[in-house]
Amino acid sequence: MTSAGRRSIIWRRRLDRAFEGVALAVLILALGALVALIWDIVADGASRVSWDFITSFPSRRPEQAGIWHALTGSIFLMVVTAVLAVPIGIGAAIYLEEYGGRRFLARLIELNITNLAAVPSIIYGLLGLAVFVRTLGMGRSVLAGASTLALLVLPVVILSTREALRAVPGSLREGSYALGATKWQTIWHQVLPVAFPGILTGLILALSRAVGETAPLITIGAVAFVAFVPDSLSSPFTVLPIQIFNWVSRPQTAFHVNAAGGIVVLVGLLMSMNAVAIWLRDRYQTRGLT
Amino acid sequence: MRWIEGIIEWGLFGCALLSVGTTVGIIVVLAVETFGFLREVPIADFLFGTEWTPLFANPSFGVLPLVLGTLLVSGIAMLVALPMGLLGAVYLSEYADDRVRRTVKPLLEILAGIPTVVYGYFALLFVTPLLQRLLPGLAGFNALSPGIVMGIMILPLVSSLSEDAMRGVPRGLREGSYALGATRMQTSLRVVVPAAFSGITAAFILAVSRAVGETMIVAIAAGQQPRLTANPLVPIETMTAYIVQVSLGDTPQGTLEYRTIFAVGSLLFLGTFGLNLVSAWLRDRYREEYA
Repeated sequence: MTSAGRRSIIWRRRLDRAFEGVALAVLILALGALVALIWDIVADGASRVSWDFITSFPSRRPEQAGIWHALTGSIFLMVVTAVLAVPIGIGAAIYLEEYGGRRFLARLIELNITNLAAVPSIIYGLLGLAVFVRTLGMGRSVLAGASTLALLVLPVVILSTREALRAVPGSLREGSYALGATKWQTIWHQVLPVAFPGILTGLILALSRAVGETAPLITIGAVAFVAFVPDSLSSPFTVLPIQIFNWVSRPQTAFHVNAAGGIVVLVGLLMSMNAVAIWLRDRYQTRGLT
Repeated sequence: MRWIEGIIEWGLFGCALLSVGTTVGIIVVLAVETFGFLREVPIADFLFGTEWTPLFANPSFGVLPLVLGTLLVSGIAMLVALPMGLLGAVYLSEYADDRVRRTVKPLLEILAGIPTVVYGYFALLFVTPLLQRLLPGLAGFNALSPGIVMGIMILPLVSSLSEDAMRGVPRGLREGSYALGATRMQTSLRVVVPAAFSGITAAFILAVSRAVGETMIVAIAAGQQPRLTANPLVPIETMTAYIVQVSLGDTPQGTLEYRTIFAVGSLLFLGTFGLNLVSAWLRDRYREEYA
């Protein structure tokens, strides 16, 4: 080999190393942003989080304000959203995965769901405003908010449930048919129990998305000045992200501290939901191997 | 028993059909309200007007300032998310060993799962003050800071979808390249990335659509001043932030001012829906290429 050729090889190897370094640095920078974000919020807000902060109602005085109304609103809304979205989402996924096959209509519905999953959440807010709040006369109630969020998370529920159903081996279905079971008996007694942990993981992730949503709920008219715990489907409500938004938007620093405190609670709630989802997924995967 | 099976199938079909109902509902609601709006405001004034002051006593309804504001913030977000996301994806797909991949991917998932209102807080109260030290002319509300933060938020989407596309490239192509003496960088940039090009483009387009529809970061940190400018240092307003602004105010329902949010929503929906369709089409194409 000529010395020029050897130099070129050394040069190319150096370039390769440099490129690897840059690419790694980019990833570290992205994760550094995550660290900065968490550090910034914990530094601003952790000292504000106390039992009093969690169990107090909103107030004009930032030191006395709390998140009880917003936290209960978020949890109530999440439960109602789950009641609406879970059966419909799982039903739709079962149809598309087990019955639909390659029929034209099923393909059309699939394409539609993929598209819906990428529609901006604020558009769902406009839909909820026109349909649930006005046309169906639900007003700015828990039911209107939960219906809007249910439509929003439905594509996520359907897509993740289909993943879980697809992971169930076909031999299980064939074995069930061979014993004379009908299609629905097979799905109910064989397929769903096996897919259950996977479905549950997807559901938790979908609901944690609903808990973090702000824009569609603002659009249907949920505001931060609801100073009581919602006690029925028709009560007005607010949620944690809206309360945080309200506090961030004020000029006083003391309210910013409250916002950071609210974020610590919100992110804590989401992280624990995600931790449960990951734990379920791991449990499921190890069981699948044995 | 057979008729019960039939009823169940129809019930499940109904659940699936609800998703089509959602799409139809969105289109009908937006179309009806936008039609009502356009009866009073000529469409040319709406689409090509350069002044957006619908809440003033003497209103004008030119949507261009909002569109430009949206494009400005999204553009900045893409300048952050595309190169970083692509490089990150190349690293994860071509360089990283399994252990690194298993650590980094869940962390990126966390980044993607943080609520957008939290990113808004971060943009307004951390990134903007930080940037103001470097750029003294930067206003408290601006397009730059939410743009950068939005880029960070979208980065996991870009890197994860691009990585999927790259991992779909058959091993044989890489091995052929190595056999010719290429380094990993040459293989990545000249073989894998071009081979995964349609998948990567699909990821990019989906990312643009996410940026255009993103609401809370801009509603918190970009301001509420619709203006026709490409200057990232001054307050602007995006389409989504405008919808939030009206929703928070006390504009009476059924008025022309109120209909503006549906008209702006229609533009937003058409734009993002178009981008999503192109993205889905490209994704299907790369699936076919190596199926």
